[in-house]
Amino acid sequence: MDTTIKKVLLLGSGALKIGEAGEFDYSGSQALKALREEGIETILINPNIATVQTSEGVADHIYFLPVTPFFVEKVIAKERPQGILLSFGGQTALNCGVALYREGILEKYGVQVLGTPVQAIMDTEDRELFVKKLDEIHIKTIKSEAVENIADARAAALRLGYPVIIRAAYALGGLGSGFCDNEEELDKLVEKAFSFSPQVLVEKSLKGWKEIEYEVVRDRYDNCITVCNMENFDPLGIHTGESIVIAPSQTLTNSEYHKLRELAIRIIRHIGIVGECNVQYAFDPESEDYRVIEVNARLSRSSALASKATGYPLAFVAAKLGLGYGLFELKNSVTQTTSAFFEPALDYVVCKIPRWDLGKFHGVSRELGSSMKSVGEVMAIGRTFEEAMQKGLRMIGQGMHGFVENKELVIDDIDKALREPTDKRVFVISKAMRAGYTVDQIHDLTRIDRWFLEKLHNIVRTADELETYNQLEALPLDLLIRAKREGFSDFQIARAVLKGGDMDANILRVRMFRKSHDVVPVVKQIDTLAAEYPAQTNYLYLTYCGTEHDIHYLGDRRSVVVLGSGAYRIGSSVEFDWCGVNALNTIRKEGYRSVMINYNPETVSTDYDMCDRLYFDELTFERVLDILDLENPHGVIVSTGGQIPNNLALKLADQGVNILGTSAASIDNAEDRNKFSAMCDRVGIDQPAWRELTSMDDIDEFIAEVGFPVLVRPSYVLSGAAMNVCSNHDELVRFLELAANVSKKHPVVVSQFIEHAKEVEMDAVAEKGEIIAYAISEHIEFAGVHSGDATIQFPPQKLYMETIRRVKRISKLIAKELNISGPFNIQFLAKENAIKVIECNLRASRSFPFISKVLKINFIELATRIMLGLPVEKPHHTLFDIDYVGIKASQFSFSRLQKADPVLGVDMVSTGEVGCLGNDTDCAILKSMISVGQRIPDKSKGILLSTGTAKQKIDMLPAAEQLYRKGYKLYATGGTHKMLESNGIPSTRVAWPDETDAPQALDLLHRKEIDLVVNIPKNLSADELDNGYKIRRAAIDLNIPLITNSRLASAFINAFCQIDLDTLEIKSWEEY
Amino acid sequence: MQARKEVVLILDDGSRFRGYSFGYDKAVAGEVVFNTAMTGYPESLTDPSYAGQLMVLTYPLVGNYGVPRQTFEPDGISTFLESEKIHAEAIIVSDYSENFSHWNAVESLADWLKREKIAGITGIDTRALTKLLREKGSMKGKIVFDDENEIDFIDPNLINQVARVSCKEVITYGSGKKRVVLVDCGVKHNIIRCLLKRDVTLIRVPWDYDFNTIDYDGLFISNGPGDPDMCETTVSHIRTAMKTGKPIFGICMGNQLLAKAGGAKIFKLKYGHRSHNQPVRMVGTNKCFITSQNHGFAVDNNTLGDDWEPLFLNMNDGTNEGIRHKTLPFFSAQFHPEAASGPTDTEFLFDTFIDKI
Repeated sequence: MDTTIKKVLLLGSGALKIGEAGEFDYSGSQALKALREEGIETILINPNIATVQTSEGVADHIYFLPVTPFFVEKVIAKERPQGILLSFGGQTALNCGVALYREGILEKYGVQVLGTPVQAIMDTEDRELFVKKLDEIHIKTIKSEAVENIADARAAALRLGYPVIIRAAYALGGLGSGFCDNEEELDKLVEKAFSFSPQVLVEKSLKGWKEIEYEVVRDRYDNCITVCNMENFDPLGIHTGESIVIAPSQTLTNSEYHKLRELAIRIIRHIGIVGECNVQYAFDPESEDYRVIEVNARLSRSSALASKATGYPLAFVAAKLGLGYGLFELKNSVTQTTSAFFEPALDYVVCKIPRWDLGKFHGVSRELGSSMKSVGEVMAIGRTFEEAMQKGLRMIGQGMHGFVENKELVIDDIDKALREPTDKRVFVISKAMRAGYTVDQIHDLTRIDRWFLEKLHNIVRTADELETYNQLEALPLDLLIRAKREGFSDFQIARAVLKGGDMDANILRVRMFRKSHDVVPVVKQIDTLAAEYPAQTNYLYLTYCGTEHDIHYLGDRRSVVVLGSGAYRIGSSVEFDWCGVNALNTIRKEGYRSVMINYNPETVSTDYDMCDRLYFDELTFERVLDILDLENPHGVIVSTGGQIPNNLALKLADQGVNILGTSAASIDNAEDRNKFSAMCDRVGIDQPAWRELTSMDDIDEFIAEVGFPVLVRPSYVLSGAAMNVCSNHDELVRFLELAANVSKKHPVVVSQFIEHAKEVEMDAVAEKGEIIAYAISEHIEFAGVHSGDATIQFPPQKLYMETIRRVKRISKLIAKELNISGPFNIQFLAKENAIKVIECNLRASRSFPFISKVLKINFIELATRIMLGLPVEKPHHTLFDIDYVGIKASQFSFSRLQKADPVLGVDMVSTGEVGCLGNDTDCAILKSMISVGQRIPDKSKGILLSTGTAKQKIDMLPAAEQLYRKGYKLYATGGTHKMLESNGIPSTRVAWPDETDAPQALDLLHRKEIDLVVNIPKNLSADELDNGYKIRRAAIDLNIPLITNSRLASAFINAFCQIDLDTLEIKSWEEY
Repeated sequence: MQARKEVVLILDDGSRFRGYSFGYDKAVAGEVVFNTAMTGYPESLTDPSYAGQLMVLTYPLVGNYGVPRQTFEPDGISTFLESEKIHAEAIIVSDYSENFSHWNAVESLADWLKREKIAGITGIDTRALTKLLREKGSMKGKIVFDDENEIDFIDPNLINQVARVSCKEVITYGSGKKRVVLVDCGVKHNIIRCLLKRDVTLIRVPWDYDFNTIDYDGLFISNGPGDPDMCETTVSHIRTAMKTGKPIFGICMGNQLLAKAGGAKIFKLKYGHRSHNQPVRMVGTNKCFITSQNHGFAVDNNTLGDDWEPLFLNMNDGTNEGIRHKTLPFFSAQFHPEAASGPTDTEFLFDTFIDKI
């Protein structure tokens, strides 16, 4: 090991976005742990405040700053580290590192890049260099031509022959890439790709080939191992982030497996990686021919998956290798006795399934292709493929019960749906099989390997057999066992055999029936060596393919089980991982055995180091009970994992499970709209008027009372978003006719929608009904923007004291009424000083890590101590004592979601968030907005304003004036232009897409003359939406910053007009 | 799905595992050993070193890519496999895959087993079985159908397995300038392929053949099944050969026989090394390799004579993985540089051998 390195800077990956998510919290945390173990002082730059890596004790100095060369240089100048790690923060950190190297900043400050040298990174990132590099050792790559203009792109495509694939160089997870069958498609894609990168690659498409990945490790002594290989269920053509992935490969022979392994090692040696990299291959299904698709010279989503799939901590080991260790000097962290120089042997199969949230977006294309759209993923472990697959399909949490026995999917044209895969792909296969399609037919349409399809067909066959029975007692035992080994849940068996009725009761009947015949799962360890050596591992999963547990249960009731948050999705992501990890830490510290159940490979909570026992398994009622039957714990914590565990509370309590903290009945009283309202009425808490309605007449009658606008929440959604604000009768009718069904069976909840109201959040922890700690924060945007998308300011800067007092008083009342013991969150509307409660959750909320870190009081630790029944003290300081401001801003991933309208509304659409600190609001806003991808507009370019309704236009005037004074050239659409003109602010009028009498806004965007677009949607009328949509979408597709909310736009504009970036103070978290 | 017969695997400690037969329906007995490789069942089954053994695969999904055709090149070497036939007594898996999918497959694993009259059983908790073997050591076992006494336990290590699997007469391959004698203790065909690739004349002789009577430039001692102590004849021939100072290279059993010829002792490992992921380190260097292994016996490092030293050591348990003579061109590896199945990191050892000639 290199002992001259005493201080190391690690770059994080920033906000979670599509293509760059929680996996980098996991890899960064592991790397920091590896450094600290060596006594090295660590500095972390990451604005993602909800992560575990930005928690106390993980790094020595944490900077909540944008991961851009500008800010990183400032931190380097201040901290003067000797080394920097670039490969643990995804593409963001890698790109930033390459820029710092190119600009000579690393050299200037004498900072050494640890691990893989920057030259090796550039050799893998630049396609031309990469191909050349691999040509040197006669390794085949995909025939590809790098072009720098559209004419060359066309010529290259003609040479290669269509279909071709277009990729932008240096882009995250396939951003700006896609397939084209002809020149017309090529023109469109190439233009978009050029907006992300000056270099675009045109490649021959190898659609239908297998896609195989290897995770390879090399130390500075040239010792190499491949830790894992993985096979995509979907053939080439679907981005690996969009594909179901199986580890290890299933359809490769020994010769193929080792041929690709040997190539991977030759590649890593030739490129000169020190640490970890990922090699992706296209592999001919009819021979041993191959092409290397790409090499990622950094930790990646795949490496996080490989670490979880094998138990081999790739990031941890890569960090040690970066410090100069040899693999032979490190131990296998699972066995603690054998060497880290080895290749894991799996005795199970792992299945990764992506989670999409495309339903949340208006207009988005649902087709899967070479660009990533999924927002999260799950990993399922089984000892049959069928078992892993069915577990995984339940884990993605989209209402599916497995491969079969789901709600009937409506598909007009099965052939087309098989040929053109969407997020429903696997369920289309299920449907096709049930409709009598043969494996060969499906293979011809999908090119998915027959082996996978045959396995899925086994599941269908078993379902068919189960359905021939109508009573559990008639079910042959070996059929029941086979079904369980193929991953059938009790629900699926209940639906197949018992057909209908009360499913909750039926599930319990199946459970009792199988337990009476001793059909129960066994617990197996993941030990990296397939049981060859004894391992003390606590990394566990359940399977029906086994006769004996690996674990000996003591039955000492010293376990405390924490239910995790499942797949990352819009609305639930890394923040709940932070909550879970902090609950585990507290449990452990207090001498209990900490037990986690979760199945998200991107998380820190599923790192087996974080707890005493990790069950990498489902969070279904059935599986949680299976585990509790074995663990026999002291109690279960359901309040730190978001909505999934929260929803299990009542059902688990009914089975006699000890729910720690707030009672399940109280949770139900808060969750159940009617019960909650009754309580509010009883104690005199105001809520916006609402009613659950079952007919159009009733709806009209209710609206006559409260007036428009109203918030409409259908219980049964046909398509599109689940909620909507309707401003007039036309909109209401359109929404209800198009999107929802109103009937006795499917009621609609209609609430009064209060405009221009502030939204205020209360995050708190209570003990037996008394609030112990609290944090009140305010949204920058007015109510109407989902709290997960809103920009949140803490402590509040612009709330009346009276408002704060009332919020506190109501919160106290609710805590007392519901006898809360643990975390909770209440959302309020405040207009003048009238306070209304809009939501109450008796669990940790999304903002817990943010307020905990800003306030420097760990709310989860407090809450966990309370839930364990331990004494707690009220913290000594409150939000009134802190003299800085935290801003939590949202990260959107619209650029990846082709055709989606990038507007904000009552349904959440952001994929991540950051939280930055500043001496005042402006400083914090500036840092946080830059962190989520905004930039300070270039003065040589213009700013395009379309500022919505008259009221919003007036609200935006001061900001526009500041821009003008600052010397920005303003462009404005008709109404906005008029408003600016009449207020003495010069601007150039531009035309909406449906106008012709002025320069086209779209042309300006395409010519790159605009560097910021402020486009506030006025209303939901069709024209308005269409016109605005075209501009908004063009901004996104051309990578031009876009803001769609007037309050946020004003705040951001105000911040960058007031403050010069260079004057921002660079302070670490502990310095505030 | 056709009805499968229920079977019981009985170990000599009395443990029982119930499963289904998917191969040839016959009672068999032998030594139960586990292999943690995740690919390569066609290669392993035809590896003569598995003679007399019931092979447990810890990777649960087996049969996925079927079995390639069993054809032979003009010189008699199998095109895809490691010998002429299946040598293992049985294969024991958790989840046999009824359907296979691969361009190079001609039949399913089940059909092949049936054709070669080899037992195959599935539905076994192979992890529980492996843990048992790890804790108690490799055990005798038998697979029975209807009656527990259908067959008696057999200890294959009491039988001269090498004599069973070795060739019966001298076979010559290739026409290279360098003449290499290959002592066949149960050689894998990929060893022959690896040597022939390096342009030699290869003279394959039976295990007990006195190769000192023929003219050669280098001596190769192959892998093989069973207890090396059964091969004293071969050891004494090696000892004679050593006097000539001509290069010697041994693999697996060959490592043990060379060590014995050099005076070292062999002991039986508790449960052996059978996998594709055994890490070895070249002694005195920072060079480490992932190797394919299949052996139940090992050379005792402490008994190596003064002229000898360990060449490789196992990084997990410190056992011997190869030896070399301090001054003469004699060396050997306990692992399988020829891979097939397994990683190909150490194929360079064949070059080392040929270069020494």
